[in-house]
Amino acid sequence: MAIEELSGAEMVIRTLSDEGIKYVFGYPGGAVLHIYDALFRQTEVEHILVRHEQAAAHAADGYARVSGKPGVCLATSGPGATNTITGIATAYMDSIPLVVITGQVPLNMIGEDAFQETDMIGVSRPIVKHSFLVRHARDIPSTIQKALYIATTGRPGPVVIDIPKDITAPNEKFPYERLKKVKLRSYNPLTKGHSGQIKKALQALLLAKKPIIYAGGGVIQGNASQELKDFAIELGVPVTNTLMGLGAFPGEHEQFVGMLGMHGTYEANLAMHNADYILAVGVRFDDRVTNNVKRFCPDALIVHIDIDPASISKTVQSHIPIVGSSAWVLREFKRMYTASDQQLDAGALKQWWAQINGWRARDCLAYNQPKTGVIKPQHVIQTLYKVTNGDAIVTSDVGQHQMFAALYYKYCRPRQWINSGGLGTMGFGLPAAMGAIYADPSASVACVTGEGSIQMNIQELSTCSQYSLPVKIINLNNEYLGMVKQWQDMNYGGRYASSTYQDSLPDFVKLVEAYGHVGIRVTRVEDLEDAMKECFALKDRLVFMDIKVDKDEHVYPMHIKDGAMRDMWLTKTERS
Amino acid sequence: MRRIISVLIENEAGALSRVIGLFSQRSYNIESLTVAPTEDKTLSRLTITTSGDDKVLEQITKQLNKLIEVVKLVDLTDGPHVERELMLVKIKASGSARDEVKRTADIFRGQIVDVGVDLYTVQLAGTSDKLDAFLVAVDQGSVVEVVRSGISGIARGDRILTV
Repeated sequence: MAIEELSGAEMVIRTLSDEGIKYVFGYPGGAVLHIYDALFRQTEVEHILVRHEQAAAHAADGYARVSGKPGVCLATSGPGATNTITGIATAYMDSIPLVVITGQVPLNMIGEDAFQETDMIGVSRPIVKHSFLVRHARDIPSTIQKALYIATTGRPGPVVIDIPKDITAPNEKFPYERLKKVKLRSYNPLTKGHSGQIKKALQALLLAKKPIIYAGGGVIQGNASQELKDFAIELGVPVTNTLMGLGAFPGEHEQFVGMLGMHGTYEANLAMHNADYILAVGVRFDDRVTNNVKRFCPDALIVHIDIDPASISKTVQSHIPIVGSSAWVLREFKRMYTASDQQLDAGALKQWWAQINGWRARDCLAYNQPKTGVIKPQHVIQTLYKVTNGDAIVTSDVGQHQMFAALYYKYCRPRQWINSGGLGTMGFGLPAAMGAIYADPSASVACVTGEGSIQMNIQELSTCSQYSLPVKIINLNNEYLGMVKQWQDMNYGGRYASSTYQDSLPDFVKLVEAYGHVGIRVTRVEDLEDAMKECFALKDRLVFMDIKVDKDEHVYPMHIKDGAMRDMWLTKTERS
Repeated sequence: MRRIISVLIENEAGALSRVIGLFSQRSYNIESLTVAPTEDKTLSRLTITTSGDDKVLEQITKQLNKLIEVVKLVDLTDGPHVERELMLVKIKASGSARDEVKRTADIFRGQIVDVGVDLYTVQLAGTSDKLDAFLVAVDQGSVVEVVRSGISGIARGDRILTV
């Protein structure tokens, strides 16, 4: 059979389709017009036109986080490409499989400062897992295959493919040949962990009196939640999740002690500080978790399972490192534990739980919600949890609302909680919610945001109306950049430098109505639950709930700077 | 502590910039860097001289290994190895200094590779310490221009860095 001949542009789309890519989020422009024409002339790959390329990257990222499949976005050269940068950096920090295809000026014009030319490979270099500049149409299929392979294997991450316009020319056709199997001599990610190391970790575990599992985004990205659950339940030990790991272990489970870290629960942070054995899985001992690393968990033996060797002992020295996929290692670890004739010290474990339950009794997430009038932001999230039966996919932006959404919504499954944890990208929530809807059209998708963050990508309300994307936007409107204000309250004598814009906020209800959506404003707590029920009853509509919340609320607990895990503010006046 | 890391990397456009970018991005030192294709034209070999404590060095090697185009690397300073640097020095050489420069070059087993009316160009190969010593030995005021290649190195015995 003769090999089919295609133009470079056709190859781009055909390869994506042959690799199982259903959606491309993007925005057209000069350098990618040939590719857009090829998109137009087929039906396998659906293109979603965003209103800003940053949103294309976030939407593809949100799609990837919810579906577990790679997200793909497409932008033109120059400003189109640079607009994706924040989205790429977001995906890089959270290890999300993302393939970003950017147009480039024709090969013979590269380096001439041509119209809409940017050195995209150079600009994106520090925030990609890898990148490719394609120099010949024939290389397009294999390059896309390699990009998808690199993005999705090992520790996932974003890959950029920069394609000069001339090699996508419609009248120059070449044989369309894909690789049978992608193989790179310089890239062979490990899956299996070293069984000797697992054995050592097991021996130490059997001696532990105060063990804890500290699990993060690697468990979700590595599809290891079931393995985590199985092992943790068999052991009966406490489990804490990082911000990126929420949902990896069920939030309502009795062994779950909550999120840890800067805004982690009292019980999670104290259990970590007092632990003598920490099983760290798919985490990176981020500074937002550890507080001062010199004071981090002084008595703990640290076992660290991660697929990325560079994550091990980067900030906190690990005693027993195990490089491998979290799913494989946890399965093997559990198998060895079950096979051994020894068990955890039940008496010690019982005492450990008694201690933890004592910390739990402190009820660190308690807040005072009056029966009428002012709405506490925490109460909004708890109402959301109730109205959605704990089943919605929740995306968030960045700030106080993000922490409230992390602490007060109990995530019962992986890929249910979608947020920009590493980079902390305001403007992530709405486009990520769009991607989430494409990944799981049957789910309710709520975007928890604030009046600050939502304005960073509010133009996507237009995309949502074009494609009828029924995002439920929960806007915690306190008329301040809340987290900035909290820090200014705590560290800058309440001097609110550029953290408010009270007189110039838009009327969000009118604004979303102008885009063809439904807006609901809530100002009193007695109206909240009914309004939220009404919001979620409108299944096919985007509903924007503009909820006026208490302006003076802070997020607690909060780590005391430079302290240990156990050092926290629990309220505005009480310390741990 | 000074370390010499040898890296085999795909001989592709942009690969070197990823290595250099990594060092600047993560605030690692580069004291010297040499790079050229190997006998296998698809591979380049880099020799990077860097410094830092064990923790930093461990991160440097891990982060280098993480680069997709890095095929293999070895820390030469982990074992016995040979390291060499090439230096070309232009030195004022007129009158009595002409003999003196020649004598000093001979002592250091250097060669005069270019001769001008008032200048010699001396070529010298050896460890970096030896090149430093030569520059101290010749009259400081007479050195006009110095160019050094940076260190290249290879392990002794049967330790071999190859694909």
